[in-house]
Amino acid sequence: MSEAKQYKYIGTRSIRPDGFDKVTGRANYGADMSLPGMIWGKILRSPHAHAKIKSIDTTKAEALAGVLAIASYNDFPSVADEVVATGEGSSNLLDLANNILAKDKVLYHGHAILAIGARTAAIAEQALGLVEIEYEVLKPVLDVNDAMAADAPVLHDNMFTQGLAETPTKASNIAARQEFKMGDVEAGFAEADLIVERDFYTPTVHQGYIEPHACTARYDADGQSMLWCSTQGHFDVRASTAKLLSLNLNRLKVIASEIGGGFGGKTTVYLEPVALILSKKSGRPVKMIMDRDEVFKASGPGSATRNWVKIGAKKDGTITAMQALLHYEAGAFKGSPVMMGCMTAFTPYAVPNMYVEGYDVVVNKPKVAAYRAPGAPQAEYAAEMVVNEIADKLGIDPIDLRLQNAAKEGTQTIYGPKLKAVGLVECLEAAKNSPQYQEALKENQGRGVAAGFWFNVGGQSSVTLNMNPDGTGTIVEGSPDIGGSRASMQLMAAEELGMPAENLKPIIGDTENVAFSAGTGGSRTTFATGMAVIEAAQDVVRQLKERSAAVWNLTADQIEYAEGETFSGDNRMTVAEICAGAERTGGQITGRGNINARGAGPSFAVHLCDVEVDKDTGKVDVLRYTAVQDAGKAIHPSYVEGQLQGGAVQGIGWALNEEYVYSADGHMENAGFLDYRIPLASDLPMIDAIIVEVPNPFHPFGVRGVGESGIIPPLAATAYAVSQAIGLPITDLPCSPPNVLKVIQDNA
Amino acid sequence: MATVIFSGELEKLTGDIRTEISSTVYRDMVTELVARYPALSRQLLEEMAVAIDGVIIVDPLLEELLEDSEVHFLHFVAGG
Repeated sequence: MSEAKQYKYIGTRSIRPDGFDKVTGRANYGADMSLPGMIWGKILRSPHAHAKIKSIDTTKAEALAGVLAIASYNDFPSVADEVVATGEGSSNLLDLANNILAKDKVLYHGHAILAIGARTAAIAEQALGLVEIEYEVLKPVLDVNDAMAADAPVLHDNMFTQGLAETPTKASNIAARQEFKMGDVEAGFAEADLIVERDFYTPTVHQGYIEPHACTARYDADGQSMLWCSTQGHFDVRASTAKLLSLNLNRLKVIASEIGGGFGGKTTVYLEPVALILSKKSGRPVKMIMDRDEVFKASGPGSATRNWVKIGAKKDGTITAMQALLHYEAGAFKGSPVMMGCMTAFTPYAVPNMYVEGYDVVVNKPKVAAYRAPGAPQAEYAAEMVVNEIADKLGIDPIDLRLQNAAKEGTQTIYGPKLKAVGLVECLEAAKNSPQYQEALKENQGRGVAAGFWFNVGGQSSVTLNMNPDGTGTIVEGSPDIGGSRASMQLMAAEELGMPAENLKPIIGDTENVAFSAGTGGSRTTFATGMAVIEAAQDVVRQLKERSAAVWNLTADQIEYAEGETFSGDNRMTVAEICAGAERTGGQITGRGNINARGAGPSFAVHLCDVEVDKDTGKVDVLRYTAVQDAGKAIHPSYVEGQLQGGAVQGIGWALNEEYVYSADGHMENAGFLDYRIPLASDLPMIDAIIVEVPNPFHPFGVRGVGESGIIPPLAATAYAVSQAIGLPITDLPCSPPNVLKVIQDNA
Repeated sequence: MATVIFSGELEKLTGDIRTEISSTVYRDMVTELVARYPALSRQLLEEMAVAIDGVIIVDPLLEELLEDSEVHFLHFVAGG
């Protein structure tokens, strides 16, 4: 463990290795790959939220000059009812295929039905308009309440609720039930002097990545196909696509482009298998790009939820029991993150009695995808709002109440294990001592506090570190860089090798030149891929010692290594000297790190939000915002601060304005950034980021992932600040002007 | 002997909240549990992650169990 260790490179704010390409526009993103003879693919999408496809006639489209291929569900060679790894989790292969191209039923507005490849994008678009489809339109269900009603239209005739004592014989829209319990929740409530319970609603939201989904595919009959795409996990793209198209993995190379944001939304496939089918049928490379309308309507958003929370506490602030009932929308196919909601809702608290029940419910909306700490923001929003209300009603400072009940090392979690070393108490203390918390509030202003917990994960990462004859090196990692991981890898390798970071160039290898690596998500990359980098660097050091020992006629255990040099007695050689002579001592030096990382340390966050509300219009202005989070050890503090600030801003958007708006017949009505309102820089103050460092004992440098916890607290911190400012309870998000005004007017 | 603590979901299948096992390796522990509790299937356990002494392991096989180890089966956690 690294608690007291001083580092030379780690913790510095080095220049980002990808910065120059990005600010000059030279970086190549998903839409930037073009190949000779390339054609364009476009998707025909459903105008209905729920309908049976009675017939499809493509005769006129096929006859249009310039149309070279049409792809439909029937072009998947074989689709079995099996589970496949799809990035941050797993998917049923049938559901995945049905989401990519509908088989015989469309399940949401924008659901892909078929694709056309043509010489130009305009011809492809024109051809889509010539396809004739006959639908039997069905009534949609757009909310968990509607979907769970006894007489609700059922999306899938073969879906029977899992997780009940007995599997029902009648199909329903409830895919699964989860239950977690600890202690005796009824006894806990009986001990309480105060019990608060409320219902909460959070809307469907999108990750809002700036770069739309895009790919270029080239199917080669000789079996060397290629996909270039914007993804958080190119090995997972390869696995899903190869499975859907019955390809061996070594027949498909996937190259991860630079990525303009993902936040969990780029952990599955939409266009990639379709582009490859079109390429196979046309004999041409195919480029496909979603426009923003398609991204909103047909990629995976975050779940809308309806959640109920009940918390009991003694007068002294001791929380005695916590209970929740969670309902998460999965979209058109099962698999919402409700389980993670159940597991995280109350984890910031050391309370002996907890009970959480969760339901995974399908509705006629796009299949949800991961979104930063998937499932946690919604559940923890409800929990944190009630904790704040308890603090208010007991007249206890909300941070003090949390400190009194805070989870710490040894706290039993509802999902099983006891927590190891964690930094929630340190985060709460840092928030309490922050300049913002000392600021006085004025009329129409309010302050919210909230905590957030996310597990973080480890998993498989592969790295090779190729040393060059001049002593510099190239770090080849298999994790797409969505949050600055190249800079982190560079710094960790530099620290281990004792040589300047700029001498080590980090790159993202494709699926053929580095071994399997899990996708970038779960806040795993700096932790897990970082461990692989460290292992690769240690492998290089071992070889440097062996080469030096051979030159000096010694054994490797007689050689020391530090600061980019080997030495033994008066003998001394730099890395550059060893590498320059490598061809005479056994060939070039390559270090390898292939690991399955264990021991990811959870990260807690605590946020403060001050707002002012215009009570005449309902408009909310964020005045001050502080984000505190435990990073374990910040490898590159600027990137860590960026993660804290980015999470805060996305969460503020979720709290204040973002929501999918649907008409009664299931049409999404705000599929664009003009109407789906994410926060702009001009909307917000500077987010003060405070990094807490409680080292993770399972990482050589103490690293914890920081990518996700930061999006959890903003929902409650912001909404509770609004509630304080208007003096009325807020339960439903977003706190947009019309919604806030309605709360004020309803209570006038 | 190491102790396995069952979640509410698994408790429905085992009837026990906790049990002690003599196995010293994860793989053998699964065999021991499946033999002890007929309602538990190997597939069910192997599709779950495991936490051994607080460390979550997504795809365990050869992990060692100590005399005082505490083992929990839990659902696979995915992030974004």
